[in-house]
Amino acid sequence: MSLPVTPIASGHEGNLKDQFNAYILRLKSGEMGSLPAIGATLVLTAIFASLSPFFLSKLNFANMFVQAAELTMLSAALVFVLLLGEIDLAAGVTAGVAMAAFIVLVKAGVPWVLALLVGFAVGLLIGWVIGFFVAKIGVPSFVVTLAFFLGFQGMQLVLLGEGGVYRVEIPEVIAIMNNNLPTWAGYLMIAITAAVSLGIALWDRARRAGSGLVNRPISITWIKISAIAVLGGLAIYVLNLNRSQGPVPIEGVPIVVPITIAILFIGTFVLDRTRFGRHLYAVGGNPEASRRAGIKVAKIRTLAFVICAFLAVISGVFHSSRIGSVDGSAGHTIVLSGVAAAVVGGVSLFGGRGRLAHAAIGAVVITMIDNGLGLLGLSAGINFLVEGGVLLLAATIDALARKRSGGSLTRA
Amino acid sequence: MDTPVIELSGVKKSFGPVEVLKGIDFKAYAGRVTALVGDNGAGKSTLIKGLSGVQPYDEGTVRFNGEEVHLHSARQSSAMGIEVVYQDLALCENLDIVQNMFLGREEISQGTLNEADMELQATKALQSLSVRTVKSVRQKVSSLSGGQRQTVAIARTVLREAKMVILDEPTAALGVAQTEQVLNLVRRLADSGLAVVIISHNLSDVFKVCDDIAVLYLGRMVATLKTSETNHSDVVAYITGTKTQDGTK
Repeated sequence: MSLPVTPIASGHEGNLKDQFNAYILRLKSGEMGSLPAIGATLVLTAIFASLSPFFLSKLNFANMFVQAAELTMLSAALVFVLLLGEIDLAAGVTAGVAMAAFIVLVKAGVPWVLALLVGFAVGLLIGWVIGFFVAKIGVPSFVVTLAFFLGFQGMQLVLLGEGGVYRVEIPEVIAIMNNNLPTWAGYLMIAITAAVSLGIALWDRARRAGSGLVNRPISITWIKISAIAVLGGLAIYVLNLNRSQGPVPIEGVPIVVPITIAILFIGTFVLDRTRFGRHLYAVGGNPEASRRAGIKVAKIRTLAFVICAFLAVISGVFHSSRIGSVDGSAGHTIVLSGVAAAVVGGVSLFGGRGRLAHAAIGAVVITMIDNGLGLLGLSAGINFLVEGGVLLLAATIDALARKRSGGSLTRA
Repeated sequence: MDTPVIELSGVKKSFGPVEVLKGIDFKAYAGRVTALVGDNGAGKSTLIKGLSGVQPYDEGTVRFNGEEVHLHSARQSSAMGIEVVYQDLALCENLDIVQNMFLGREEISQGTLNEADMELQATKALQSLSVRTVKSVRQKVSSLSGGQRQTVAIARTVLREAKMVILDEPTAALGVAQTEQVLNLVRRLADSGLAVVIISHNLSDVFKVCDDIAVLYLGRMVATLKTSETNHSDVVAYITGTKTQDGTK
């Protein structure tokens, strides 16, 4: 064609300063991501550290990792449905029922690995049924999952018996939350994390270069990788110090940490780089447009609920491992903390906006509040009040950000 | 004149007892912009829905590049090269321009989305239409103006290698400058060899950009005119039914 070619930018142009300015511009236009949550962690750390000498101790630092891992996993599970603008209030009890099935089978003499697989199968089935009601029948997810939330509390009691509490006596399961990696393995973990991040970044750059497109300055990649290496390395260093108050040393990264990081990586990869991930965001943004573009909306919705249930069961395994038992009340209240964590971290309740990393950062904020208020010896009542306030604040920020970025407040 | 890209003859469509299309003949040619005008309820939307495959016609024949075809699904129409750009645009605001242009037909290589290649093709498609109003192809659609969104929706049809593009009220919600941009875009779309059909209520737009004007009145095609051989008041007369082409009134 003989038309004059006008260059159209891609946002990858310019030096480090241009990129920084573009980033600031995005922040101003309401795309703040998890920045408010990161700010909150710093403020909370300052507040709690000044009020309680124990807050920044080595032991509590490790505790927070373990507590946050459980909430992170549940919150990450919810991200998949929140991205659709849906909600899964039953995520916690789904995990509860799956773990109840697991423990009942173990007590009946079934090998624990097999029992765990059955537990996951139960979870997946529940997710699929919820997805069926939401996607195929068209019942609002709030109502479907509220019904399951109530119904499955009963299911937990039926499986475990009234007041039934079963101890988890499987060393492999208990180890997840209670044992630590050897100190060298912690550093290896952070090295692998940095290497994988670097590899993906270089892969992207190579593909862009292969298509003749501009890349961002490579210094941005190095800054990001260095941040992972330095901050991660520092955290590992602290976790590798002996935090025991008794004669037996306790040191190293809790085993749950690498598991959580790996799952977050895989989930993020799926969301960012696969057709399914792209379609999930699209359906969350505009279901009608997605349908017209040939996307099978019902299938995407159902799959999102299945994935949510699957990750929720993992969080259930973490929970059982931490407290060492399965009981009939597991998963009843944590689901709201999971939603709170996602929203605090920057996942939009309106759908279409959010990342798994946001859920993780939000989970850290909620965990800090939980942990810090607990250390101050305040009543559980205060804890709920503060958490509720934070959730309301985060949801308000979400709504305002959406208004500013031009979207309508009502869902299509 | 050469074979029309699309040729409808004797097309009928009823909803229960209501006959909405009463035997329509319609042609659209490559490289030409054809306006489809008519008052509310004249049957414009029904005619378009038949072409897009969403609501198949009851009777009549459809020829695509001279060959008779039966349109019965949106997927099939799209595969043949008929694309409709709806009034409400059908874009995802939370995705960027490239992601929207490839929505539902993402390219995969090395097991993952091939963002680089999609970005390149989207940029080329926009450039082929001499689009100047878009700053970055990685902008979120939520940050675009109405005219820019319309531009993205139209450019998407180029990417899909459409033979015929139907635009439903492309300028309805736009300001003066943006209307101008979109009309220029429509002209370039036709100049690149596509058959373009525009549904519009705005006759000044129609006269500015269209080569042919087809007027629907209560389910019948009452006039098929060349823009150069007619004028504003005649078209209004056809639309309101005070005049017919064979001069019976």
